[in-house]
Amino acid sequence: MAAAEPAPGFLAPRPCRVAGRRRETADTVTLRVDAGRFGFRPGQFNMLYAFGVGEVAISISGDPGRPEGLVHTVRSVGMVSDALCRLRPGDWIGVRGPFGSGWPVDLAGGRDVLVVAGGVGMAPLRPAVHALARRRREVGRVSLLLGARTPAQVLYAPELRRLGARAGIDVQVTVDAATTDWEGHVGVVPTLLGRAAFEPARTLAMVCGPEAMMRFTVAELRRLGVAEESIWVSLERNMHCGVGLCGHCQLGPVLVCRDGPVLRLDAVSALLGVREV
Amino acid sequence: MTTTAADLATGITLFAGLEDRHLELVAGCARLAHFPAGAFLCREGRPADALYVLRSGRVTLEVAAPEHGPIVVQTLTEGDTLGWSWLFPPYRWHLDAVAREPVAALAFDAACLRAKSERDHELGYQLMRRFSQLMLQRLMATRLQLLDVYGRGSR
Repeated sequence: MAAAEPAPGFLAPRPCRVAGRRRETADTVTLRVDAGRFGFRPGQFNMLYAFGVGEVAISISGDPGRPEGLVHTVRSVGMVSDALCRLRPGDWIGVRGPFGSGWPVDLAGGRDVLVVAGGVGMAPLRPAVHALARRRREVGRVSLLLGARTPAQVLYAPELRRLGARAGIDVQVTVDAATTDWEGHVGVVPTLLGRAAFEPARTLAMVCGPEAMMRFTVAELRRLGVAEESIWVSLERNMHCGVGLCGHCQLGPVLVCRDGPVLRLDAVSALLGVREV
Repeated sequence: MTTTAADLATGITLFAGLEDRHLELVAGCARLAHFPAGAFLCREGRPADALYVLRSGRVTLEVAAPEHGPIVVQTLTEGDTLGWSWLFPPYRWHLDAVAREPVAALAFDAACLRAKSERDHELGYQLMRRFSQLMLQRLMATRLQLLDVYGRGSR
């Protein structure tokens, strides 16, 4: 979906208070930010500023139908994200955005939908799942296939199962490795595609996760007959300005912050896996 | 219960596209097997005397690791194929497979399949093609597992 024009003042972070914090996994935290009414499209991101440390692009992970609470799920993988994960209710956080393109929820009408997420890649897809749940009667079969490293690292699992049960979404979770007390599936997330019910010719797929996971998933989707024009991926690059000015996130002809992060596969498939970009 | 060629032709992806005469040969090696929860379908190092195609239930493929307890490396459910060790000498299982809930499976006698494949090389070729594809898929999945894409520093 096309990116929106950035709002005036888009380079200045807006100071906001952290209103809530929930630990999701050992290294991942969900922050609720008091940013007033904050409209966004599923898949868009904000630049979040940990004051005195730095700024980083983080997808919005809340329910777009409830824009009164801005929600971000952050995994601690570096200095800035670590500082964000340590924020507590009442602390200040800087917010710029929303930026970028969104998931093609509007194209889901009458089609089967596969939502395929790996690791913290579930966070950018969570708003799309909420949006699909709201449009459930207009959409065909919906499957949410979620992969994680271990059972302890599955993101939002209870909430997604509840949402799935309520909205008639087939939620399947798999982990890369487990002990025998795990009753779910073991295996990489592309192996779940063979267990989902969908008609390839009328299927819309949304994929987000580590890029290697997305490449393997896309290969399996192609093998099963889903067209490239019906597959959407969310890419992650080194976003700085958020509006296509600085060029840090360039991927060939694509500026990921402006043209993405959600892109139709045929726009980027030739670039995925190219070491030089 | 007798498995017919028609059962195989319609119900099992692994055998999709096989000629009728080959389906007849394969069906002649099949029987229906049931395993209660907790039962082993196969154990590492023991003779690989069967190929299983799961009809219902859930099976975990496990590696015994005394210092950790068993590690589950893959889950198999309805429609999945269990076992290719029967294809290659020394015909011994490489992993444990445990029924995590009651399992119904078609069990194909390994010696029977091997003997028929030796007598009819076209059947052997067709089976090898199918198992090569299966192994390629499992190999790619294993590579992705080995990448540990969800490790620290990844998205």
